[in-house]
Amino acid sequence: MTSIDVEVNGRRHRETVEPRLLLSDFLRHTLGLTGTHVGCEHGVCGACTVLLDGAAVRSCLLLAVQTDGARVQTVESLARGEELSPLQEAFHECHALQCGFCTPGILMAATDLLGRGRPDRAEIEDLLSGHLCRCTGYSPIVDAIARVAGADAGGAG
Amino acid sequence: MAAVKLTSVNVATHQEMWVGRAIPRFEDEALLRGEGRFMDDLAPVPHAGHAAILRSQLAHARVTRLDASRALEHPDVLGVLTGAEVVAMSRPFPVGVEGVRPYYSAAAEVARYAGEPLAVVVARDRYVAEDALELVEVDYEPLEPVLEPQHGEVVSDRTFSYGDPDGAFSQAALIVRERFTFPRWTCAPLECYGVVADWSHAGGSLTAWANFQGPFTLHSVAAGALGLPGAKLRLITPPDSGGSFGIKATVYVYVVLLGLASRKLGLPVRWTEDRLEHLAGSATATARETEVEAAFAPDGELLGLRYDIVDDVGAYLRAPEPATTYRMHGSLGGAYRVRNVVSRNRVVLTNRCPSGLNRGFGGPQLYLPLERTMAIAAKRLGLDPAELARRNLVGADEFPYRTPSGGLYDSGDYEAALDEALELSRYAERREEQQRARAEDRLFGIGLAVVVEPSISNMGYITLAQTAEERAQSLPKSGNAEGATILITPLGGITVRVGTTPQGQGHATVCAQVVADALGVRPADVEVLTSLDTSTSAWTVASGNYSSRFSGVGAGAVHLAAQKLAAKLRTIAAQELGVEPHEVELRESKAWAGEEAISLRRLAGLAHWNPDALPPGIEAGLMETAFYSAPNLGPPDEEDRVASSAAHGFIADVAVVEVDRETGAVTVLDYTTVHDAGRLLNPLLVDGQVRGGFAHGIGPALFERIEHDEDGNLLTGSFMDYLCPTAPDLPPLRIGHLETPSPFTALGAKGLGEGNTMSVPAAIANAVADALGIDHVELPLTPPRVWDLLQ
Repeated sequence: MTSIDVEVNGRRHRETVEPRLLLSDFLRHTLGLTGTHVGCEHGVCGACTVLLDGAAVRSCLLLAVQTDGARVQTVESLARGEELSPLQEAFHECHALQCGFCTPGILMAATDLLGRGRPDRAEIEDLLSGHLCRCTGYSPIVDAIARVAGADAGGAG
Repeated sequence: MAAVKLTSVNVATHQEMWVGRAIPRFEDEALLRGEGRFMDDLAPVPHAGHAAILRSQLAHARVTRLDASRALEHPDVLGVLTGAEVVAMSRPFPVGVEGVRPYYSAAAEVARYAGEPLAVVVARDRYVAEDALELVEVDYEPLEPVLEPQHGEVVSDRTFSYGDPDGAFSQAALIVRERFTFPRWTCAPLECYGVVADWSHAGGSLTAWANFQGPFTLHSVAAGALGLPGAKLRLITPPDSGGSFGIKATVYVYVVLLGLASRKLGLPVRWTEDRLEHLAGSATATARETEVEAAFAPDGELLGLRYDIVDDVGAYLRAPEPATTYRMHGSLGGAYRVRNVVSRNRVVLTNRCPSGLNRGFGGPQLYLPLERTMAIAAKRLGLDPAELARRNLVGADEFPYRTPSGGLYDSGDYEAALDEALELSRYAERREEQQRARAEDRLFGIGLAVVVEPSISNMGYITLAQTAEERAQSLPKSGNAEGATILITPLGGITVRVGTTPQGQGHATVCAQVVADALGVRPADVEVLTSLDTSTSAWTVASGNYSSRFSGVGAGAVHLAAQKLAAKLRTIAAQELGVEPHEVELRESKAWAGEEAISLRRLAGLAHWNPDALPPGIEAGLMETAFYSAPNLGPPDEEDRVASSAAHGFIADVAVVEVDRETGAVTVLDYTTVHDAGRLLNPLLVDGQVRGGFAHGIGPALFERIEHDEDGNLLTGSFMDYLCPTAPDLPPLRIGHLETPSPFTALGAKGLGEGNTMSVPAAIANAVADALGIDHVELPLTPPRVWDLLQ
């Protein structure tokens, strides 16, 4: 067992974990942050995406021990109390989610992208090539992220 | 009935309707906050053991030894359930065909597909359970796997003939013959299966939580396997489910398997399927081989159709199969007026994962052959495919239209929808563009698909797998009923409970709209519970989320329950206001008689707190349950005719593609889809279903196919090998709508969640065949496959 000291959503956690424990399982089952979802456990579907020191990572491809001393943000960190974030609000308005299982990972990846500039639709689609959604056909997700980026919002086709 | 753009039908009111409005969903906020409650998020009972499942590594093998003793020595292993124990403790799952090989939730002596469960190991956590799988020793004696349908054991073989097919073929000016393969694929929801099973020795009962989606016929199937009377199997679904598209119907197999593990070990057991397990061992679409012959008159009239269908259902015939074979039985001629149809339907077993529900269910398998055949015929007749379709479409003045195999098409204006699609896609201009492209030696193609989208399945169609004589010996099966309950609390709060088990379709929002209209409140005032509990919810054997039945009968049951409750509120209010019930109007959370009003809250308080003051004959409380069933769905008749679905939408699609001669890559330049799904209850959600159904249609058209090697080993066991389209892979989509209400559903709505999954593979295949100038194409049209066709 290994001790780790990690900040998750602004709260410091000191936990003792097995070295083989996946970050996704640590977040879900040790900390109870079940908003992070697991869709494939081999890094393709993107549902488990969280921010590690501000950068989007696949929590199913990381071990909890690798986050020792780091800062992790999950979907539970996005809203400000009663208020949804502009990105969450845009997903709601654009009907960018149906079952909602892939949504937390996409929200976190988009948060990372939007923090790095103002992506156009092509860049947003490129980001989404790393995420699987089986419900929406993706274009409403592109619309929602583009709306927040101030990019072309009317190109849904 | 003419196609009209309308705002309301059936429900007269003075106020603006909520139904029909594109309001965003109430479901969203919890999901966006990470507050969704999916199966693996829940711990409905404490101290559950964690299960991992040992699966056959071979596609066909005798299991000569299975020794779990080393696993049981592990200090954190709580117990093991073997396939032999499964067979001893349970019965084979019931299925709609007699005399097939018995199917249990795990194999004992012979494994029949790679991935079939052989044992369950339960441990203190999942990591240990998976470690312990490695400690179970299994000896296999390999057997020859059967992978090709033509070599598979035939478990059902029936031929159906309607009209005079031989006469039609003898008169034909043109006969088109072609073979088609529809690939084995899967909708692959992002969330896999999850089960928590808690056996009670005291009660002799099983309580199971699972992300099940119905049909609840499968509750009876699971209870039958467990040897339990229905009331002793309590099945509960979580509030949220991460997609299903049919696939999660089959989680019932694991409810039984984990239920037996819980029973044997005397503790609750939980299991969450991983992706490899899902792709190897959950369920897939039925793979189909079809030989078609189509007879045409000189003017293009489709005179007759002959199908020879072989459905590969995998290693076992598993309920609800062979439903794939019969789901479209009332629609064998699709949208066309053809009267002479014959179909031989064979169902065969192979050493692959058993099939199950999957979006489109029988539709993609029918329309690829039918729509390709029409395109081939158009080419040979020298007609534009749109013109050939137009000459054969069921006419707007022919509804309700009885098909030769017994289908009853409720309403539509197919030609108007086709025209809309041609206009929206700029079809004539695209044909000119094609001429220019061809002059430049580019491979540019246009494909059409015009399809009927059946929704709200008749529970009786599956009995067509039996002969009329066999059917006569058992209870006739028919219908499609769904239930709903509405409660008004003493403070006037409104709670609706449905058994429609959604996985993201937005049922809660639509139910709130329906109730808001009936009770004169706002949708935001209505709480909707979508978590099913078979011991407390209102449901029938037909309940669940399949065959696109929600907007027809799911919302219909809610509408009916709300009408019953509204009638009671009017009666109570009438007494208070000194008027007749029919003079009372419910709006703005009040009951009105002229200028006078009484609040809903006060009426609720009266019904709960002061039942003595209620009008004579009115029961205390405010809770109503209603069951709604769409009409005209009888059992199959003696001539094997059946109205297999209650409602029939129509879709006209135009696909425009270009094929890269150097790489074989297909680029979809433009895709247009026009729907007539009757009255649209929430257009925002409608377009969501269209886009999702489209993406699932693009899957098997261009990307997705479950592949095995020659020994039956799965080659597509991860999302690196099973390719699902991502955002840049999907072409732009133009969507158009007509609204011809259904006369056969409570709100005039028809299902629309599956139609594009039915039409897109056919339209894309037509477009690629058109681009390449060839007749035979096979899905999915991946670059290597197209490149081969180019050589």
